[in-house]
Amino acid sequence: MEALDGNAMGGLLHDVFGTELTAASAVCGHCGARAAVAETVVYLGGPGAVARCRTCLGLLLVVVDVRGVRCVDLGGLASLDVPGADAG
Amino acid sequence: MTSIEDETPRVRTLVLDVGDWPGHRAGQHVDVRLTAEDGYRAERAYSIASAPGEPLAITVERLDDGEVSPYLVDVVREGDAFEVRGPIGGYFVWDPADGGPLLLAGGGSGVVPLRAMLRHRQRSGSDVATRLLYSSRSLDDVIYREELAETDTGLDVVLTLTRAQPPGWTGPARRVDADLLREVAWRAEDGPLAFVCGPTSFVETVASGLVELGYDPARVKTERFGATGAR
Amino acid sequence: MTVSRDFRGRRRREAEPDRLPPGQYVTDDFPVLSAGPTPHTPLDQWTFSLVAGDERTTWTWDEFRALPDETVTADIHCVTRWSKFDTTWRGVSVDTLLAQVEHDAGYVLAFCDGGYTTNLPLEDVTDGKAWVAYEYAGEPLDPEHGGPARLLVPHLYFWKSAKWVRGLELLDENTPGFWETYGYHIYGDPWREQRYSGD
Repeated sequence: MEALDGNAMGGLLHDVFGTELTAASAVCGHCGARAAVAETVVYLGGPGAVARCRTCLGLLLVVVDVRGVRCVDLGGLASLDVPGADAG
Repeated sequence: MTSIEDETPRVRTLVLDVGDWPGHRAGQHVDVRLTAEDGYRAERAYSIASAPGEPLAITVERLDDGEVSPYLVDVVREGDAFEVRGPIGGYFVWDPADGGPLLLAGGGSGVVPLRAMLRHRQRSGSDVATRLLYSSRSLDDVIYREELAETDTGLDVVLTLTRAQPPGWTGPARRVDADLLREVAWRAEDGPLAFVCGPTSFVETVASGLVELGYDPARVKTERFGATGAR
Repeated sequence: MTVSRDFRGRRRREAEPDRLPPGQYVTDDFPVLSAGPTPHTPLDQWTFSLVAGDERTTWTWDEFRALPDETVTADIHCVTRWSKFDTTWRGVSVDTLLAQVEHDAGYVLAFCDGGYTTNLPLEDVTDGKAWVAYEYAGEPLDPEHGGPARLLVPHLYFWKSAKWVRGLELLDENTPGFWETYGYHIYGDPWREQRYSGD
């Protein structure tokens, strides 16, 4: 399967965080690269949704639907900056 | 589902009536969810084909091994209903205030969000210099063909037909490569803003090609549809 | 919830109820699902290892292919709810591999190209329950489906049948692998519908 990008996770992330996140700026905890969430390498359809750093392919975030509850692990991110309401 | 428009033999535009639709931006998408009688569900993302202010419309390409697209293209008829979530997206969006010059590059159904941007540009009377580079298999596969043929001030459309060309075709006849980009794209010195959308391999080739031409990577926005076009 | 008129979805068919675990549907497709890019390790660099503490027993591809192999026909069940009946494989039984090492481990952690891991009790990969498979449906295993070789443990949910497997770590403790860490069940029995931790 070919990877998608963070745009494809937009709806999922909105459900979890209550806000649009594709334009948010993410810093990879593995290599330090900064990119928009929309630019991450995304794998969907499996047991969970996975976003990886486009530079080093390190795991950034994982979303799993456990018995109807969305569980998010952001452990791979060093930081996530969400643009202000007027910018999104 | 309020109306249907067949764009090509495999592509159809669906105009939807969503009760409390909050409006959308050019480039955004919606998630469509279908539920079968036995509760089985499938969900896919589709780019919004209409401009802000127009009714919500999506354009769907039927994929041979698709699960949702064959239903939306072949089965759905007026009056049918399905669940829609959105609008979604804040990165791959364009508004005239974002300026240009604007380079839009679409592969196959990747043209859909770009068409929303073009309609938005036209409806708002924007004169941002814009070029659309659109790669299709053949002329019959060009979505919005008539609409794109209408000339609009400050807008250039370049079609490249990769598999079959009509007699007398003088346009490009190959997949977008570095040479074609060099011919068509705005010069990097002009500070262009680019939106690239389509299958993952198309996006990778074009986006890296533009960066190689000197485009600011932060001004090359991408949206990947995956190998089969589905998301 | 809106039911869409005449929507059926992925090719699904009827199945004998005894054969289908709860919450599953049968498909004739073979969906490709991943958490990362498909690795492409050249066969002349590929090895399979059993790791027990400091001890490491390794087979090259040629050595691995020289081991006795078996054909396996099995139903497989993915936690994303699709099941596929009568899939056929060829591979080396994990029993054959474990016979080459001395250990008293109770658990294994499979490790793979790309970093994927999954854990299993030793008794679930022994006595003819698990293989390292390199052929599917009579052909070399496609990279998309885990080739050159994947773990095959059909009696558990298919996330335990780790793609691109490169070895098994033999452990005293049950150590959660990739999906187990993110909320999936530590054991994963489809017949008891053990999809998530706590099921």
